[in-house]
Amino acid sequence: MSEKKELLLSVKDMKVNFGSRRKPFHAVRGVSFDIYKGETFGLVGESGSGKTTIGRAIIRIYEMAGGEVIFKGQKINGKISKELDKEVTRKMQMIFQDPMASLNERAKVDYIVSEGLYNVEKHLTKEQRKEKVDAALSDVGLLPEFASRFPHEFSGGQRQRIGIARALIMQPEFIVADEPISALDVSIRAQVLNLLSELQKKRGLTYLFISHDLSVMRFICDRIAVIHKGLLMELADTETLFRHPLHPYTKALLSAVPMPSPDHRQDGPPLVYDESVHDYSQDQPVWCEIEPGHFVLGNQAELDAYRKIIGEE
Amino acid sequence: MKKTPILSVQGLNVKFSLRGKTLHAIRDVSLDLYKGETLAIVGESGSGKSVLTKTFMGLMDTNGWIDSGSIWYEGKDLAQYKTEKEWLAIRGKEIAMVLQDPMTSLNPLKTIGAQIIEALKLHQHLEGPAAHQRMIETLMDVGIPDPERRAKQYPHEFSGGMRQRVVIAIAIACKPKILICDEPTTALDVTIQAQILHLIRELVRKYDLTTVYITHDLGVVANVADRVAVMYAGDIIEIGESREVFYDARHPYTWALLSSLPQLGVKGEDLFSIKGTPPNLFLEIKGDAFAPRNPHALKIDFEERPPFFDVSPTHKARTWLLDPRAPKVDPPQILQRLRKGEGV
Repeated sequence: MSEKKELLLSVKDMKVNFGSRRKPFHAVRGVSFDIYKGETFGLVGESGSGKTTIGRAIIRIYEMAGGEVIFKGQKINGKISKELDKEVTRKMQMIFQDPMASLNERAKVDYIVSEGLYNVEKHLTKEQRKEKVDAALSDVGLLPEFASRFPHEFSGGQRQRIGIARALIMQPEFIVADEPISALDVSIRAQVLNLLSELQKKRGLTYLFISHDLSVMRFICDRIAVIHKGLLMELADTETLFRHPLHPYTKALLSAVPMPSPDHRQDGPPLVYDESVHDYSQDQPVWCEIEPGHFVLGNQAELDAYRKIIGEE
Repeated sequence: MKKTPILSVQGLNVKFSLRGKTLHAIRDVSLDLYKGETLAIVGESGSGKSVLTKTFMGLMDTNGWIDSGSIWYEGKDLAQYKTEKEWLAIRGKEIAMVLQDPMTSLNPLKTIGAQIIEALKLHQHLEGPAAHQRMIETLMDVGIPDPERRAKQYPHEFSGGMRQRVVIAIAIACKPKILICDEPTTALDVTIQAQILHLIRELVRKYDLTTVYITHDLGVVANVADRVAVMYAGDIIEIGESREVFYDARHPYTWALLSSLPQLGVKGEDLFSIKGTPPNLFLEIKGDAFAPRNPHALKIDFEERPPFFDVSPTHKARTWLLDPRAPKVDPPQILQRLRKGEGV
């Protein structure tokens, strides 16, 4: 990545709670990160870690309990003006995990893809809208005549393309892709990944890519943040994270990924992350940039140990 | 390993009737499962890998039937079994199954202890304290801490990984000979997946199980399998020992499948992807089912189904490329990275 990075989105101390106000469940407990224009930022974690919640809070599906989200220099969470709301809706789009569940079964592809336009571009004529739908469909490698069909007539990969077309038609700058390929077969997965990176190159899109599949993340992401129980554990550019993970949770997570090579089997018992290795009774952990671009969560003693490891390398 | 087949499938054809049309789901498959081995069956959705193993247990949907062929197990042809009564002697007792989703394969209204005892009663005629003791033993075997207390709990009180352990406990409680794992870890997180795979590996050793893994995750395959069978459009197109299939694949479909692994991708470049879509199994397939998507397809691939060509005594592939008259086609370069373990 080039040195001149333009900040696109900045999440500052995000907190999200669920449940009643009196007895809240803290799903996201203070998370901060920046996303730069044109990059693919990965958020990886296990189920229940809060990765999807962060994505949804950014796109304003969930309300935040604290912190702020700054998009292109403007705060977009909480109460914002109507014009800004419209602009943000348009510029931030989302691609969902399960293409079988995320498309309206009773609507034709034409309507599914153009639905967003009915809200923000009311002035469009029928012809103009049709033109846009055709363009969006061909952008994702589907034929314009598919517009008159229903979702059930498509395969999983094609349906995911429809989901992508629906996001693209709004001309977004930032796309939250929440496990966009987890429900797809290996060969189809490759097609969709290629499509996403092609679109990124062509339109300068920025992705927040949420997934639990580390091998896919390594291939597609520029930087990756590891989240566990609502807190970021580590954040670094992809290769640094894979080659020199510092936090014990990152290490456990990486070691659990099975390698597609019989000579590199993991025989013994898997590495299990044990939270009790941290002694946070005296010294609270802080989120610290330990080397340029590499953040990790730890208390002072741990951070010193990490610095030593980095120094040795 | 001494190779005695424990289960032998011969010329199996399975068809389904769907919306008045006939779908040919398994097309003339023959397969030997050897005692004590772990065989992985890989393929994409719709390749027939689940249907194939369901025929071993008589679990096919009612609109499907075995059209021809046989499944030999201990001198009996399972393909001839018709009634539930016949199947009960096999299902659970001789051949047990672990399914993908632990959320749906347990009964939410019964304690997990009761669910394990149910299986023990049915197959081993164990009752009372003997059943209870075996149940606790099994729970300990699958690594559930505090089994006496946990046995009294309901499935919703367990996490996904723990639930899958319970499902495995039910499967092994009756000491089956063959364990079929149908995508046992697909619904789980990677760290839990690693634990479950490790558990199954230990149980296989302890109970001397023969295991069949069905999965589309090649990482899992490489980690568990002694042998690998690759299925495409209802047919086994390549089978061999794990190292042979990963490092010396011969069928273009296997090449394509391996090449599309994200681990082999180079950042900033396109990941290899297979063009086109799998064939429609409602139609008759002529020649090699993969031919229309195969850049190396020969003329004969569209006309005649290739036989199995032996690559080694343990490795064979159904592709005309192995015929001595065929032009020499080298496997994709990037597959060499697998052997070196690069990018993984």
